[in-house]
Amino acid sequence: MKFYLPPQISRLAIAFAVFITLFLVARHFLVPETFGQYGHYRGASLDDNAMPVIHFSGQQACLDCHQDIEDLKLQGPHKGIHCETCHGPGQAHVVSGEAKDIFKPSGREFCGNCHSSNAAKKKETIHQVNMSTKNPGKNCTECHNPHQPWKVKK
Amino acid sequence: MEPQHYKDLYDILAHAQGYIFPNEIDLQWGILIVVYPFITGLVAGAFILASLERVFKVTILKATYQIALLTALSFLLVATLPLISHLSQPQRAYEIMITPHSSSAMAIFGFVYLWYLMVVLLLEIWFDYRHSMVLWSQEKKGVMKWVYKILCLGVTDISPRTLSWDKKLGYIITIIGIPSAFILHGYVGFIFGSIKANPWWSTPLMPIIFLFSAMVSGISLVLLVYMVISRIRKIAIDLSVLDSIGKYLFFVLILDFTLEGLDQIHRIYEANESFEILKLLVSGKLYLTLFVSQGLIGTIIPLITLAFLQFYRGRIKLRKTLYFIVGMLVLVGVYSMRWNVVIGGQLFSKSFSGFTSFKVGLIGLDGTLMAAFWLILPFGILAFLLWLLPPWKMAPEED
Repeated sequence: MKFYLPPQISRLAIAFAVFITLFLVARHFLVPETFGQYGHYRGASLDDNAMPVIHFSGQQACLDCHQDIEDLKLQGPHKGIHCETCHGPGQAHVVSGEAKDIFKPSGREFCGNCHSSNAAKKKETIHQVNMSTKNPGKNCTECHNPHQPWKVKK
Repeated sequence: MEPQHYKDLYDILAHAQGYIFPNEIDLQWGILIVVYPFITGLVAGAFILASLERVFKVTILKATYQIALLTALSFLLVATLPLISHLSQPQRAYEIMITPHSSSAMAIFGFVYLWYLMVVLLLEIWFDYRHSMVLWSQEKKGVMKWVYKILCLGVTDISPRTLSWDKKLGYIITIIGIPSAFILHGYVGFIFGSIKANPWWSTPLMPIIFLFSAMVSGISLVLLVYMVISRIRKIAIDLSVLDSIGKYLFFVLILDFTLEGLDQIHRIYEANESFEILKLLVSGKLYLTLFVSQGLIGTIIPLITLAFLQFYRGRIKLRKTLYFIVGMLVLVGVYSMRWNVVIGGQLFSKSFSGFTSFKVGLIGLDGTLMAAFWLILPFGILAFLLWLLPPWKMAPEED
């Protein structure tokens, strides 16, 4: 018996081949170049995630140069407070090493952020002062060492 | 905190009852995700009805065969659109198709969908209509002549030998199509049933329940479409066709009801740690949509009416009206079932100690109007397909 291929089958086969080819061609152009570089995702997405500018350096970067300050701080209730809590983001300073790139807090209001008296704060856990009556007009750091504020300068 | 934050917080807390986790306040899946399994179910159901005629040679259903196929196609073309319009970045929707991962149920679904559309539905319709399309391409003039020529893919051979191949191949496709339709809708159930963190969804019965409710809704839809088309064409509705579809609807509805009942009985008897919250869910927030809309209106009343119609052979007009009403009620019931699954599963906290609430919006990408649009669009496509490929003008079959 002679092999018979119905015409509609061969035409459909062509149509499907065209469809699948179009899909593969489209896929070739649509799949991002770095897809699968490390796993089932776009490799370049790692760079995207690394792109945001770093502002905070983290405590360890400060200690590389300023361990002496840390030693002072460790002796009292401020030991759990990281450098950047008061000095702000420090990455620029870590890179340049210049004093102008780090914030140096000053003024009564700054200390008052935590230490102004507030009935809702626990007296046992945080030292509180009445900012309006305690040595008005004077800067806290005139008497207190900012890295060991529990000690009063002689 | 700013005063505005307090105001927002109070607004949010007004949505919650008891203890809920912060990420449970808003529902991630809204009304569009209710519409999606509903539409997919209509596709699978309509196709299975068409297959009945073909595979089991239910000749009385011949009048609805093409209507069922074209209905399935119209709804299938729209099935993924509610999902895509639900995305925040719909322009990225194609990405799961070009880099699929076997661990992603949604990615594999894309291929199940494509298989069903390209290999099952389009091919079956093509083989069925090829003879007629060739004749139409010879009769028509102007643009339409070319439209039909393109639709035939240029194959104009209508010798008896080629035509017999159309039949044979169409039959094979139908055989492949039945399990494919089962997989298509079973898969939708699987996507919910496989979420083990959600006790309202996580049951191996979910794919089967979805499948049977799909068949119920698809059969009802074809019944309604057949009645409406006959009315528009001003021809008499063949009551024996309605009786035949009604009989299938009755049997499948019994199975569907039994399966859903089984699921609930199992849940009640097992009464595991999630049971208390689910009891509160069904007796509270889901009371209307589950007991009234899905249970009473969508299942019990249609079951009683269909049982009555099995032996009642009286007034023709009454029977037709009853079939129409039953069809509508079943569709309402199945839509409510989708609502109860999708929305219900997100209303209770996974802490099992509280509820959030859901209020569907009217406008916006995730609103009622959008959902209504996706539900109405398939009827527009169906009207177009019926105009392009009218079943009543097909070439007569030669046996």
